[in-house]
Amino acid sequence: MKLDTSGLESTAPLFGANTVLFDGFKDVPSFDVPKTNDFDGFQKEAIQMVKPAKGTTTLAFIFKEGVIVAADSRASMGGYISSQSVKKIIEINPYMLGTMAGGAADCQFWHRNLGIKCRLHELANKRRISVTGASKLLANILYSYRGMGLSVGTMIAGWDETGPGLYYVDSEGGRLKGTRFSVGSGSPYAYGVLDSGYRYDMSVQEAAELARRSIYHATFRDGASGGVASVYYVGPSGWKKLSGDDVGELHYNYYPVLPSTVEQEMTES
Amino acid sequence: MTKQHANWSPYDNNGGTCVAIAGADYCVIAADTRMSTGYNILTRDYSKICKLADKSLMASSGFQADVRALQKQLSARHLIYQHQHNKQMSCPAMAQLLSNTLYYKRFFPYYAFNVLGGLDTEGKGCVYTYDAVGSYERVGYSAQGSGATLITPFLDNQLKSPSPLLLPAKDAVTPLTEEEAVDLVKVVFASATERDIYTGDKLEIVILNANGIQCELMDLRKD
Repeated sequence: MKLDTSGLESTAPLFGANTVLFDGFKDVPSFDVPKTNDFDGFQKEAIQMVKPAKGTTTLAFIFKEGVIVAADSRASMGGYISSQSVKKIIEINPYMLGTMAGGAADCQFWHRNLGIKCRLHELANKRRISVTGASKLLANILYSYRGMGLSVGTMIAGWDETGPGLYYVDSEGGRLKGTRFSVGSGSPYAYGVLDSGYRYDMSVQEAAELARRSIYHATFRDGASGGVASVYYVGPSGWKKLSGDDVGELHYNYYPVLPSTVEQEMTES
Repeated sequence: MTKQHANWSPYDNNGGTCVAIAGADYCVIAADTRMSTGYNILTRDYSKICKLADKSLMASSGFQADVRALQKQLSARHLIYQHQHNKQMSCPAMAQLLSNTLYYKRFFPYYAFNVLGGLDTEGKGCVYTYDAVGSYERVGYSAQGSGATLITPFLDNQLKSPSPLLLPAKDAVTPLTEEEAVDLVKVVFASATERDIYTGDKLEIVILNANGIQCELMDLRKD
């Protein structure tokens, strides 16, 4: 099977010109593919054995002041929580963020790869890449691997020369421009809160609170989401992390424990 | 005509458990030395810990054939790095190299579950934990392998450090001294051995600090 590895080419060559010495190593990193007749079956089985991080809640939206990006932090393998401290918001460069839903390694690796490509674009063109361009770079790579079992559902959010930008990109080849997205198993719950509370002319504080509340309510109803609700804001001067709250503690902000009223005092008779 | 070829299965699970704990100026990496397949114990004396660089150690469970291939690949890459840069690779650099090495086998994964422990450039202890296809995360402590599900909740209870994602950030360094961390590792392995058939025989503990690398062995149950 021939595999398109052009997605990897921007990484620097490993060694000098003399590769004869390093027999077995390749100049350009490339993917190993099993020599099997049933590639799909093999993929299915192999991935079952090794893959964590399915359930997630991530969201991002554009508003008056810029873009808000928020996510939970749980990774699970079936019913087992393998981590409560996953960084699902990936910092591509100081002006651009990516979110992570689906396969943890797929997202992490290709966002790292995208970061390299964006930096190279910056060096070649003396200006930062647009969000449109960056998201298209990622979408094209993912599309070239379509059908090979990658699992990525991401939002690319950032600030470029045209202002705030937000794209949804997935491993099936989809790439959508929009102002409001939520991705992951908790997204229906997040959308419920987000859509009912969204206004374009919010302040940064209001927008951050809406994002936090959406993530919290998603973690409350979706068992596969939880941990810490992180909220980022991307404005004209780049991204900034606004908050990171343990959702277990957030619960008591939204639902304070009221002192129970004593209905009837026990009296000694 | 029906399917002719036998079902090709290149993987086996050899079990084993790995634990790593990072402290302010030390790192403890430990793994048992049992290697099994199914109900058979293949050997009671197989080291799962590999020294990749002066300040990076990797402990791996899963399929030991894949682990060996991975170790060879990494040490070859590290040798080349030394020739090109005339220095040892730092632990964070090795962490990303391991991630990339695992991901390059995304479509034919190494069946290996790794923890990488070491000291970063400031001399602080660091632990990186991985899945088989290369997603990684820097943590304060981690357990991987067949006993991970038994050990992780115990470590959470004893060392629960505040999440690094919290804002305002809280200090996430393990509050233990080196001796306390080594004792804790011994306790968690003794406990895991009681309930996990793939963990036992001997415990190999490697301690990394400013003085270098010290190694310690402890007996575990052999049944």
